[in-house]
Amino acid sequence: MSTFNNVTGLLPKGARNDGAGSTAGGGPGGAASQPGRRPPRPNNLVTSPGLRRAAGRLLTAVGVVWAAATFTFLIQALLPGDRATLLLNQLAGQVQQRTAAELAPINAKYGFDDPLIVQYFRFLADLATGNLGVSYQLHKPVTEVIGDQVGPTIGLTFASLLVAWLISAVVIVGTARRSRAVSSVASGLEAVAAGLPQYWLGVILLVVFALNLGWFPVVGGSGLAGLVLPALTLGIPLAGFLGQVTRTEFEKGMDQPFALSARMRGMGDTGVRLRHVLRHSVLPGVTLSGWALGSLFSGAVIAESIFSRPGLGKVLVTAVNSRDLPVVCGIVILIAAIYVLANLLVDIAYTLIDPRLKNS
Amino acid sequence: MTATLEQTATAGTVRQELLNVRNLDVSFSAGRGRNARLNHVVKGVDLRLAAGECLAIVGESGSGKSVTARTLVGLPGANAAVQAERLELAGHQIGTLGERQWRQLRGRDIGFVLQDALVSLDPLRPVGKEIEEALRLHGWGNRRSRAAKAVELLASVGVPQPELRAGQRPDELSGGLRQRALIASAIALDPRILIADEPTTALDVTVQAQILELLGRMKERGTGIVLISHDLSVVATLADHVAVMQGGSIVEQGPARHVLYHPQHEYTQALLDAIPSEHTKGTPLTKDGRARITATSRRPRTARPADAPPVLRAEGLVKSYQGHDGAVRTVVDDVSFELRAGETLGIVGESGSGKSTTAKIALAMLEPDAGRVLLDGAAWTGISTAARRSRRRSVTVVYQDPLSSFDPRWNAERILLDAISRRDFPGEAERAARVLELAGQVGLQVEHLAKHPLQLSGGQRQRLAIARALAPEPEVIVLDEAVSALDVSVQAQVLDLLTDLQQELGLSYLFISHDLGVIHHMSDRVLVMKDGRAVEQGSAEDVFNRPRHPYTRELLASLPKLGLAPGQRTPAAAATPTIGGSSS
Repeated sequence: MSTFNNVTGLLPKGARNDGAGSTAGGGPGGAASQPGRRPPRPNNLVTSPGLRRAAGRLLTAVGVVWAAATFTFLIQALLPGDRATLLLNQLAGQVQQRTAAELAPINAKYGFDDPLIVQYFRFLADLATGNLGVSYQLHKPVTEVIGDQVGPTIGLTFASLLVAWLISAVVIVGTARRSRAVSSVASGLEAVAAGLPQYWLGVILLVVFALNLGWFPVVGGSGLAGLVLPALTLGIPLAGFLGQVTRTEFEKGMDQPFALSARMRGMGDTGVRLRHVLRHSVLPGVTLSGWALGSLFSGAVIAESIFSRPGLGKVLVTAVNSRDLPVVCGIVILIAAIYVLANLLVDIAYTLIDPRLKNS
Repeated sequence: MTATLEQTATAGTVRQELLNVRNLDVSFSAGRGRNARLNHVVKGVDLRLAAGECLAIVGESGSGKSVTARTLVGLPGANAAVQAERLELAGHQIGTLGERQWRQLRGRDIGFVLQDALVSLDPLRPVGKEIEEALRLHGWGNRRSRAAKAVELLASVGVPQPELRAGQRPDELSGGLRQRALIASAIALDPRILIADEPTTALDVTVQAQILELLGRMKERGTGIVLISHDLSVVATLADHVAVMQGGSIVEQGPARHVLYHPQHEYTQALLDAIPSEHTKGTPLTKDGRARITATSRRPRTARPADAPPVLRAEGLVKSYQGHDGAVRTVVDDVSFELRAGETLGIVGESGSGKSTTAKIALAMLEPDAGRVLLDGAAWTGISTAARRSRRRSVTVVYQDPLSSFDPRWNAERILLDAISRRDFPGEAERAARVLELAGQVGLQVEHLAKHPLQLSGGQRQRLAIARALAPEPEVIVLDEAVSALDVSVQAQVLDLLTDLQQELGLSYLFISHDLGVIHHMSDRVLVMKDGRAVEQGSAEDVFNRPRHPYTRELLASLPKLGLAPGQRTPAAAATPTIGGSSS
């Protein structure tokens, strides 16, 4: 109740000016008010810039997922081919025309006869309650199909991102602003790595390190050893991209007076690189990681099929091949949600890395 | 040059020698293959410093003073070759040190302070962490004792609330506090030598005075200070010895009183003459300027009609902004002034005083929240852009950094052509002639017109900016820190140019600067701003000689002064014994 009073009482802009007065009269239970600390800062939730921004982000996130869902719904509904026929054929494992009598119960069950707009709202309502429909092929709820396989894929995605960051950080710290030759060779290698096709790289790694050298299992299990080659397959090209965007920033950082200041107080060159400059150079890479996380998630299919790993990739390929649309749509929506989540994480990482951004 | 030690010996106390450099040469290799060349940046420099003394190295940009300073801590830069007959620092032969030995020396025996702590301290970390780092690197104490020592050090350099400040980042501190924090990180281990490279350059004059006082106290405690500066008057308050560098060589060196008051070398004299101050008022700052005056026998610039009508008139200007935290800050608060035809009104104040916002309002690029500006008696603010357009040309502007106001892909000629009115100069030939006329007025050569802004020197760029401001034949030019980024000798040329142009063309200047000397030299009347308010206004004579407001007095007291007019300066040979006692 008192929070409500606070919100409505302080909404007019003019009232914000006298921060001291509103703190004093802020009522007994204002959970958001922090008496004594920074009086000019408004003490209600609605006008707090951080929360307003967070609310905006959340709204955008919901918007993106909604757009992805709508898109997949339209594809399901408008693609040529009758959905009921498709479903029946999948069930029977044969392709043939179906009679109206055969189709009627299916249409009734899935509501394919309803007007599109009704179907759309039902789809959205289901989505809101976490129901993504039932797989045509597996006759299991889509959430279950995805839930069974999502673990290994998430593991692979994060492992690849980690590998990419490790490789690019080591290469950058080791080579940026060294001699001209070292720096340009490393920069060139980054460009090559960024351009490597993942499929080709995966096969090469498989042949060399698993088949010939036998260092890693040929068929990737769920263990850590089985994760190395798939993670490298996805991580090396990404490391090239990360390196390219980080290198410029890193070199700029090395030229900054604070780097010289640190040397002047007795710090070694490597210390300056690791403790000062690296932190300044990672912001563009972090931005890229937000995109990369979503992209790795959808690209995991390549590594999963090369190394015969369990994961969402295989589910997606099977679903696409057999036109199991609810599963395809479920995965598309999941990827959209992951993109959104990744970008939220990027924003949080931003203010952790550069606290100055909190105020701007 | 050997006077250093002799003098201290005769003074009764033999002080420990901290620095002995003889015949130092530093060169940089640039380019590769056939383009490879050697830039000889420091040539045959000799320096000596004893404990408890301050040696100032003075020079303009590119004189090699910073490279000299950095060579003393073994960090001259990439591709540098260092040679010296003798290179002794705090008892170490530093010419032969390896990287590991250097790292032990840096921070422990030598402290180094760079200019502008906003970027010289890591902007992402709290300042306390930077101080702790200096301690940690030399194995001092443990985590907890280092944190306590950092707070103690901040307190010792005069930072109030040191516990709070230690946890704040440089951008959360004021300029003075962050420079103190930077100094604290450099003196954490009580080094015997402190090298300060332009330690006060980015600071306001009152803050500068505090930092100089802090350095003075360290000197008294026995720290040897090497002070690098472009500003002779800053040096005058602290230095015992002065070395003047030009083009990589020391052209003059000796006790501060000799060098500053009885300069021998022509360059030192020119540098001293170029400093604008109350004594230079009404006279040109450069030799060329003085020669021109005698040649054409122009009347002194101070004679001016006092009852001229106001060209620009500001009444009760108010401007406020809302910050991110929701608080409203009044940046300009009830400011009124008049700028009369052919006169210069100086607006002086420290950073954040609202002087640039006032300039923007005067240019009608910003509408005031209250109050109004009149141009030639007619409304200039509070009217539509269309209504203003026909008179836009009457008020032009020159900024501190002209480079960012030029299109980098245009050459000087195109920049000027763009500013020339097609109505006044319809023909192509007429416009070309006008470009040449403008270039001539500001002293740009024809060959400069083909160049792009990046290829011009700082002084030439500022001349180009002035020519562009002249192009529409304005009545008023707003000069917003227009000479603040220039070396003192270039600044002198530009100030002389502005004075000449004012006389030739009857221009009115709204001259905004933080530099009291420049304001005093240029202004007929002066407006002193503090925290958005005009605290004092009057003739330059009154404001500078009979200041009424306490803030004006504080400003003037903070101003480092050389103390003598150019005319009073004499070559050392003719010096009176009382001043130049040890000149023999």
